[in-house]
Amino acid sequence: MQQSDPSAQFGRSTVTLEVNGTTRVIEVEARTTLAQALRGPLGLTGTKIACDRGACGACTVWLDGSPVCSCMLLAVGVGHRQVTTIEGLATADELHPVQQAFIDEDAVQCGFCTPGMVMSCAALLNDQPDCQPDDVRAAISGNLCRCGTYPHVLAAMHRLRKDPAP
Amino acid sequence: MMKRFAWTTAESPSAAASAASTICAEAMALTDGATDGAIVMAGGIDLLDLMKEGLLAPARLIGLRDIADFGAIDLERDGARLGAGITLAALAADARIRRRYPALAAAAAGAASPQIRNVATLGGNLLQRPRCWYFRSRHHRCLRRGGVHCFAHDGDNRYHAIFDNRRCAIVHPSTLATVLVALGADVQLTDAAGGSRRLPLEVFLTPPAGDLTRENILQPREILHAVHLPPISEGIRMAHSKRGEKDAFDWPLAEVAVVLDLEPGGRCRDAAVILGAAAPAPHRAVNAARQLVGAVIDEKRATAAAAAAIEDATPLADNGHKLPLFEALVRRTIMAAAQGRLEDSILR
Ligand SMILES: Cc1cc2nc3c(=O)[nH]c(=O)nc-3n(C[C@H](O)[C@H](O)[C@H](O)COP(=O)(O)OP(=O)(O)OC[C@H]3O[C@@H](n4cnc5c(N)ncnc54)[C@H](O)[C@@H]3O)c2cc1C
Ligand code: SF4
Ligand code: FES
Ligand code: FES
Repeated sequence: MQQSDPSAQFGRSTVTLEVNGTTRVIEVEARTTLAQALRGPLGLTGTKIACDRGACGACTVWLDGSPVCSCMLLAVGVGHRQVTTIEGLATADELHPVQQAFIDEDAVQCGFCTPGMVMSCAALLNDQPDCQPDDVRAAISGNLCRCGTYPHVLAAMHRLRKDPAP
Repeated sequence: MMKRFAWTTAESPSAAASAASTICAEAMALTDGATDGAIVMAGGIDLLDLMKEGLLAPARLIGLRDIADFGAIDLERDGARLGAGITLAALAADARIRRRYPALAAAAAGAASPQIRNVATLGGNLLQRPRCWYFRSRHHRCLRRGGVHCFAHDGDNRYHAIFDNRRCAIVHPSTLATVLVALGADVQLTDAAGGSRRLPLEVFLTPPAGDLTRENILQPREILHAVHLPPISEGIRMAHSKRGEKDAFDWPLAEVAVVLDLEPGGRCRDAAVILGAAAPAPHRAVNAARQLVGAVIDEKRATAAAAAAIEDATPLADNGHKLPLFEALVRRTIMAAAQGRLEDSILR
């Protein structure tokens, strides 16, 4: 048995997280979700919380490159895995291609689902540069958009699809 | 906001078992789910949901994530051993599982959502608590939470059981359980001393008659360590299919797993037809299987088996719609299995 921290019995621990390529040390309660830690002590408010139950995808971030709902993970449970948030996609002077394509295809309405939607799309593009519309539909099947931007998201992803080598 | 709790991690199944002084079902049968005890957490998808809803408040959670090889897949002779910590996504993506147990891979690939599948584990999926909305409501302390009343019987029971529903009418929530019971899987349980017991999943999912507060026989100080799949012989065919209100993000209204053992000439030697979202445990449609054994399976046989599958159903006021749904799904899943087509539930 490994006690994560001597004060764990009071529910507070010091947690080291790898976020967007940087090592961050924060103090959180055991009950703090990754989504709360990102938006609170880590100051990364691009990640949204809507349902807080794993049922909408607004809080989607990557853990070691795979999309997950950050509202359903404990910050203390993340361990050494790499966390990537929407803030980690763009470089200082260039948007991630998925972000640019969303702008070009008007795939944003109110924008609340958008960070999560972009994370799901960018993960698909990494895994499958030649993704077909059905792959996109499957990849965003865990992201609800109340504004109904889905066709625009598909159009944005269509722009980015690399045709498979002949 | 969840109540405060302490967090520790375990590095071996026996260490986790030794720390697990209670289990979710035991704690939830107490009035407000508050317990001094420690409960293990795998992906946390169900556990955190119950805690956020104020239905469960353990003093301590024990993380299973650091257990070495807890998510390993080992092919043994012709069967397989699946570590309880494997994620649904990893199960769905494994080439060996897709080839040997396509219905299992399809069921894993179609459950919940991509983000959930990347975190949710096999063990947690089998042990998740039911979705009955009264059970999930802080304001309804029903039979399954140690109360004296089932609110579903005179309430809204559209998603409830059509078999074995006289007292508590939950449907078992696990998509993987439906397929794993059809495959004849065993579970391996490990205790604090490192000892193991192995028993059929179907038996594991049968709590003592009259005990409505749990869906399985997991004990405190015990860990679900692995699931063992039997070997696949030449004539085995399988399929899984489901229908729900949505294709993603939701538990199905009805699901069916069929495993057939066919002789070279096509005659059916053995058959398992298991209905999910139908009863408090995966429901073995014995009469449907009887229609298939000894016969060469064609559309007519499948139709007869489908009718037999629902003949002794006892639907409630609001869930009669499940009967035609199951009848169609049983027929189609039998045909899909017999023809070796995988009617998978991956999003189309
Ligand atoms: C939007 C949404 C849709 C969903 N749709 C589906 C669906 O279609 N089909 C389906 O089957 N599920 C569905 N689910 C449920 C989800 O698959 C389960 O909640 C998940 O699999 C639980 O796994 P976990 O590892 O997160 O378990 P946890 O939440 O960590 O644990 C669940 C329970 O099991 C116990 N436990 C976990 N592992 C062990 C172990 N090894 N030994 C002993 N005890 C253990 C825990 O103490 C707890 O009581 C859905 C969930 C969401 C949020
Ligand atoms: S069906 Fe079962 S879980 Fe739902 S209210 Fe009735 S007793 Fe409770
Ligand atoms: S906020 Fe996490 S899934 Fe909805
Ligand atoms: S843009 Fe408004 S929810 Fe998707």
